[in-house]
Amino acid sequence: MRTRLTLLLGGLAVAIAQMSFAQDARMRLPTTVEAGSAFSIQSAGNGQATLYIVGLGQVLKRDVQLGESASFLAGSLTSAGHYLVVLAGTSTTQNGSFDVVSAHKPANLSFLAKPSRLPVGLHDGITGAVYVFDGYHNLIAAPTSISFELASPSGTLQKRLVITRNGAAWTVMDSTAQQGIDKFVARVDDLYSTRIVAQVPGDPCGLKMTAQQAGQQVRLVTDPVRDCSGNAVPDGTVVTFTENYNGAQSTVDEPLKNGIAEVEMSAHSGAAFSVASGIVMGNQIRWEK
Amino acid sequence: MLKSLLILTAFFATSSGIAFAQATVHVEPMNLQGPRSLPEETGRAAIRDYLQSWQSLSAAFEQNRTSLLDPDFVGIAKDKLTETIQQQAALGIRTHYTDRTHDIQILFYSPEGLSIELLDTVEYDVQVIDKDRVKTTQHVRARYLIIVTPAELRWRVRVFQAEPE
Repeated sequence: MRTRLTLLLGGLAVAIAQMSFAQDARMRLPTTVEAGSAFSIQSAGNGQATLYIVGLGQVLKRDVQLGESASFLAGSLTSAGHYLVVLAGTSTTQNGSFDVVSAHKPANLSFLAKPSRLPVGLHDGITGAVYVFDGYHNLIAAPTSISFELASPSGTLQKRLVITRNGAAWTVMDSTAQQGIDKFVARVDDLYSTRIVAQVPGDPCGLKMTAQQAGQQVRLVTDPVRDCSGNAVPDGTVVTFTENYNGAQSTVDEPLKNGIAEVEMSAHSGAAFSVASGIVMGNQIRWEK
Repeated sequence: MLKSLLILTAFFATSSGIAFAQATVHVEPMNLQGPRSLPEETGRAAIRDYLQSWQSLSAAFEQNRTSLLDPDFVGIAKDKLTETIQQQAALGIRTHYTDRTHDIQILFYSPEGLSIELLDTVEYDVQVIDKDRVKTTQHVRARYLIIVTPAELRWRVRVFQAEPE
């Protein structure tokens, strides 16, 4: 019974002690410290003690004189987060806590742009997302104005101004009508990050071929193949020629070379020739000798 | 959303360890910014992996073993936590973190799908141990911003930062 009572009283004493630690008014602490800034902690009492500043981002330990101010130089605490302060003397312990917040000035942008290559003329085809960090790699949660700019070689500029929320900002842009290499820039003041976005021609548009006799064969040749914005479709794009004659069908796939595709097929009188590229159909020609 | 919460709770109840069972987890309704919708299963996986990271963190800080961070942390978060553990070891300090409650909100799913930002109002206990003597035990309530990014098999914590409430 005596043991139980002792344990109970002991537990109560610990609980009271911890409660008083949590409400300790003997230390004067900053509420917040900007990452990398100097700060000081004022303690009460006298004698020697050990000061601990403990967080998930950093840990400091220092011998101090109670009743004096412990000063920490700029650069002592650089990692944003919540820090406990423990001042352990020979007979007493003082507790407190404060926050280290990110520096105000952005120093790093983590900029993700996607895709790196896409067809021209896509509405909302390009996305960009940014996280903003200070010089100590802390996420800057305070609202920050980000300028997103997408510049095409023709001089077209799309610009969006976005305010970060919890350190993040995003935007959506259209790919322009002209093929080429675009620069996608995220900017805060004089800090910027650039990504390259290649805009390639879209699907062929208005695919057209002509036919002419070539010995016993008929030669089918496309006009220069272009997308709907007039950009040349790249060489290597496959064009499919089809001949239908007397219920039989034969097809030939040919890649574009120098912007056109050509092929020779059997010249049957009454045959029907068609051309296509992917899902895009071109014209049809009925061959009569 | 209630359904999501129930599913999440059920998931933790069935597949988590004892340490998970100690923490109470509440997931707030999604209030996403960004053009991309977040599939429910993806959100659940990100939160599950984030919560798991507290167990790694706790073990790593208690044992001063940075390698325990490897499965769950990457990038800035891993670098900072690793450095802190090295500081602890050099000073002869250990810390014991025990998470008690999590109140989590998914804030942002980046358009390209390569990051999710979470906000966690977390309550945890911290014990500071210097040369095997407990110097203090404190209960903390803090607001954490977390960015997780996908790895081969799981989401890993890339940014892990407490902010003033």
